Amino acid sequence: MAMIEIRWHGRGGQGAKTASQFLGEAALDTGKYIQSFPEYGPERAGAPMKAFNRISEEPIYIHSSVTNPEIVVVIDPTLVIAIDVIGGLGDDGVLLVNTDKSPEDIRKATGFKKGKVGTVDATKIALETLKLPMPNMPMLGALLKVNSLVTIDQLSERVRGKFLKKIGEEKTNANLEGIKRAYNEVKIG
Amino acid sequence: MSKKIPLTGDQAVAYAMKQIEPDVVAAYPITPQTEIVMNFSSYVANGQISTELIPVESEHSAMSACVGAAAAGARTMTATSANGLALMWEIVYIAASTRLPIVMPVVNRALSGPINIHCDHSDTMGCRDSGWIQIYCENAQEVYENTILAIRIAEHKKILLPVMVCQDGFITSHAVEGVELFDDKKVKDFIGEYKIDNPLLDVDNPVTYGPLDLQDYYFEHKRQQGEAMKNALTVIPDVSKDFEKTFGTKYDFIEEYKLNDAEIAIVALSSTAGTVKFVVDELRAKGIKAGLLRPRIFRPFPKEKITKALKNIKAVAILDRSESFSAEGGPLYTDIKAALYDSGVKPLVSNYIYGLGGRDIFPADINKVYADLQDVVKAGKVKTALNYLGSRE
Repeated sequence: MAMIEIRWHGRGGQGAKTASQFLGEAALDTGKYIQSFPEYGPERAGAPMKAFNRISEEPIYIHSSVTNPEIVVVIDPTLVIAIDVIGGLGDDGVLLVNTDKSPEDIRKATGFKKGKVGTVDATKIALETLKLPMPNMPMLGALLKVNSLVTIDQLSERVRGKFLKKIGEEKTNANLEGIKRAYNEVKIG
Repeated sequence: MSKKIPLTGDQAVAYAMKQIEPDVVAAYPITPQTEIVMNFSSYVANGQISTELIPVESEHSAMSACVGAAAAGARTMTATSANGLALMWEIVYIAASTRLPIVMPVVNRALSGPINIHCDHSDTMGCRDSGWIQIYCENAQEVYENTILAIRIAEHKKILLPVMVCQDGFITSHAVEGVELFDDKKVKDFIGEYKIDNPLLDVDNPVTYGPLDLQDYYFEHKRQQGEAMKNALTVIPDVSKDFEKTFGTKYDFIEEYKLNDAEIAIVALSSTAGTVKFVVDELRAKGIKAGLLRPRIFRPFPKEKITKALKNIKAVAILDRSESFSAEGGPLYTDIKAALYDSGVKPLVSNYIYGLGGRDIFPADINKVYADLQDVVKAGKVKTALNYLGSRE
């Protein structure tokens, strides 16, 4: 596997950094080399922010932020038109968006012509499972549908390990349920 | 091989400090070093280690407390960044001249002003003449290992100098990477027990620390300090060999990456060197003979190693992540140029100041430097010696 680079777009407080970290850690568990890091700017809840992943079979030397990702994950639907989410995303890239709209709508809104577009209503899933508008964990599930960087089980094990002590059994299971639902419900077009 | 754990550079340092379990840590939190103090404090609070943690009210007090503790005979550590380092400045010099082997992880951050919390090397480069040994680390694994290695370097009887273990703020300190951790007992055995020769608190054998030292002996004491730094050049390889035997990683003063047959080379410190390696691999695939030289230890300055490594290079670009305002280039550049003067090695040398205040350095920037170097080789001369990389004109 060549190095995969992922860029996450979210707003401060939506858990883009956490999602990127859990993905990196799950991949590390499978023996891969990983980096997971946010772009630190002025940190304010609600402000647009980015986080990044690199995952590779080989040691990773590069330390700049990701400019040409294979995958872009947009956690906040309003960012699709607010910022250039497809910047640097190649023709064979994947754009994954938390939205109630269709992949076709997202293509129109972003101008992303080639590549794949995936959409999933991660906020709705989070509200129904976790009872909180936290779409980051469902987005991880949707991500694994478009690229099997790790299996759902490998990710779930890592998420369980991180969450269980912190938020308890019930909420941990709700998060895992959200991951599975998004994996099954993501529409790719 | 043992399993890798996901850790940030800061967490890796805190874990190394936990395994070292110094007698005393006096520290004050500052971005982006905060996670070191935060994590280490929780190890202490949870009773996992018995270090005396002194939460002081400023960095000036942090280093002052460290000086007192170290003089008393305690193995002593602290950690800081940027303005924190600036505030402890006075005592930073006193720690070195009192020959106290304090180990201080520094998370490199731009020195104000204007105020900025992101990475550059202006903080530690500013105290390159303070008498501290300085190690610059490329990634979290290296920060972890060098924090342990630094204890043995600092406390060696022929050295007895404090050591800064530097990592890039946010880039390394806040990025999660896989880090392989050593066994607790192996670390404890490697660092051994610290025994000071003349402890301040030995009332049966009273000694004086920090007296007035005027025209009569100040000069000799400074000279001894200089000799200790020279000793470090010969002692560090021995300690590093022991480290390699114990833990497997080989550390030299410098790291050479595909430099052997290179025609053009970049010299860079810390995380940027990783990005340069990435570009070197790409250029090599195109048949361009590019290489990298990464000085790991900047103080003492490994002149022989550096000039030898550059001996067959036609054109060299030296990257500085700090501005020394000499109007004659950055600190790494001027030191390397001075080293080349009487070595007989005369590559075409240029300087690039980059990345100030956390300005990201991309492969495209590095590619531009290598393209410039190819032009320099073709022209047989350096057109512009002092350059700014990634800055608006």
